[in-house]
Amino acid sequence: MHLLNKITVACLLAGAGHALAAPPAAAQPVTLGVAIPTATHGFTGGIVWWANQAKKELEAAHPGLKVIVKTAGSTPEQANQVQDLLVVNKMNALVILPLESASLTQPVAQVKNKGVYVTVVDRGLSSPSAQNAYVAGDNTAFGRLPAEYLAKKLNGKGNIVVLRGMPSTIDNERVNAFNAEIAKHPGIKVLDAKYGNWNRDDAFKVTQDYLTRFKAIDAVWAADDDMAIGALKAIEQAKRTDIKEVFGGAGAKFAVKKVIDGDKLIQANVSYSPKFIYDAIKMTANARLKGETLPAKTIIPSVLITRANASQFYYPNSPY
Amino acid sequence: MQPTPTTERSPGQPALASLFSRASGRLKGAGPVIALILLCIAGALLNPDFATVDNLMNVLTRTAFIGIIAVGMTFVIASGGIDLSVGSMAALIAGVMIVAMNALALGTSPPSPLATVVLGIALALAFGAVAGGAHGFLVTHGRIEPFIVTLGTLGIFRAVLTWLSDGGAITLDYNLSETYGPVYYQSLLGIPIPVWIFALVAVAGVVILNRTPFGQHVQAIGSNEQVARYASIRVDRVKTLTYLLLGVCVAIATILYVPRLGSATPTTGILWELEAIAAVVVGGTSLKGGSGRIMGTVIGAILLSVIGNILNLTSIISVYLNAAVQGVVIITVAYLQRGRR
Repeated sequence: MHLLNKITVACLLAGAGHALAAPPAAAQPVTLGVAIPTATHGFTGGIVWWANQAKKELEAAHPGLKVIVKTAGSTPEQANQVQDLLVVNKMNALVILPLESASLTQPVAQVKNKGVYVTVVDRGLSSPSAQNAYVAGDNTAFGRLPAEYLAKKLNGKGNIVVLRGMPSTIDNERVNAFNAEIAKHPGIKVLDAKYGNWNRDDAFKVTQDYLTRFKAIDAVWAADDDMAIGALKAIEQAKRTDIKEVFGGAGAKFAVKKVIDGDKLIQANVSYSPKFIYDAIKMTANARLKGETLPAKTIIPSVLITRANASQFYYPNSPY
Repeated sequence: MQPTPTTERSPGQPALASLFSRASGRLKGAGPVIALILLCIAGALLNPDFATVDNLMNVLTRTAFIGIIAVGMTFVIASGGIDLSVGSMAALIAGVMIVAMNALALGTSPPSPLATVVLGIALALAFGAVAGGAHGFLVTHGRIEPFIVTLGTLGIFRAVLTWLSDGGAITLDYNLSETYGPVYYQSLLGIPIPVWIFALVAVAGVVILNRTPFGQHVQAIGSNEQVARYASIRVDRVKTLTYLLLGVCVAIATILYVPRLGSATPTTGILWELEAIAAVVVGGTSLKGGSGRIMGTVIGAILLSVIGNILNLTSIISVYLNAAVQGVVIITVAYLQRGRR
């Protein structure tokens, strides 16, 4: 009896749906394309993991939502994927972490002109008119916070060596912010800054050579947790005891774990979690499902991680 | 089959002229050695710490990886082949080896850490031999250009590692690192173990290439494959063996590499293939094949590390231009070698 009623109602509704063709006020279907870099190192590994995490959670929560994640190893590949997402998958929203700013601006602008809602994450495009919303980590704070922390830890006096990432605008922004803050402390000297390319092996070599060259180093700003590993190994091998802190960055899980455990050399970190891709996908999907838009610019703050707050930044299941 | 040496004395040639051409011939062969000596003098002048024993050992130890791979690469290039996959292969061997050792250590009734490490090393060697052998098989029996075969496996190896590591890092179990660490960090008679192994591999390379029929066959094939076939050299077998030998060299390099950082990531070994090929060519082996020079390769590999080391020890040149300095030195040394092609 009860069941029969239900079936009748369902049939009626289905018929009505066909007849009226007007979608119900609530969920309008959203096909969300996600274009991100291939996992080539720890950080991008984290990006891919967090993007898939967002897909899993969102698709489970919203039946009308489809999330398609595409990873690209090069700029042309990513441009092709964006095109395919539009033509083949008929996406109406895109979250993209562009591999390169300038060369992806045109492909993304074209997609936006066809009515796709575009959220750009982290690395920006050359023209803001190609995007609806921008979500990013705070690279200035990524450089400023370690400088403030190290200045305080060294009581305004000491020698620091710096490992840079890869020659890029992000790296320049971070290093400039670091240097600007250090300049406020005349007692602190940056001995040199060389490229470690966000790579453990290169960081190991560069640190070895720093240790050969400088007899007294108080702190290493490794500017990335992968590079911090290489630096730590080189210091361990040289049995140097003058170094008081190796400051990485980006909140990789092993580094945050070291902060929690009270490591001798890694006592603080700065957050720049690949989780912002997860936040951006969720924000975009939820807004589009309701037919809303996002603020033009959302900056996910970079926070100083110390033993006191480290547990909030520890994601043991993420690869990064 | 081998190119005629420029120093050969033609009948009736005056003794003085002969002496002259002999000296200049030798000078050309000594290009990398001269370049290395000049670089070392420059390094010592720029920074007094350059000439310390510690720095020397650092440079030689970090050269060991590329150097060992380059010794194997000399065989492949001398036979007229090429292998672009060695960097990815090293990364995958490192990843597989760590995963296997961790699984052994964390399984039920684990073997002793020492036994686990030994098993891991054996696995690495087997993996390298099989991967190298597969390259050789595809090149000879599959009749595919070595460039294409190894370009394909370059992608395969690195993608599998990235998949294994979930894009992050594969890290060796802490207890195993303690046991395995000395393989990279320990010294014997004041010389780090990787440098000893590098020296052994180089000596073995010289003996095999210059003192065995196999080595002669490798160079004969590289010089002219058709003629080598007519001379009833088993071309396919010899070629396959060169790739297999290189695979084993990559495995040896990886065995020394893993204890350094105790981890493998998708960036492990990136561009090692180009460094190894550069070391071989800078050392005087022709990319066209024909004659291999193992000692030249060793000098070439050291030369490349020394440039990087000097750039790190000084800050005269903008860091943006490091790669340019390396490029200039490589081309200059190749120019000094030009008479040998």
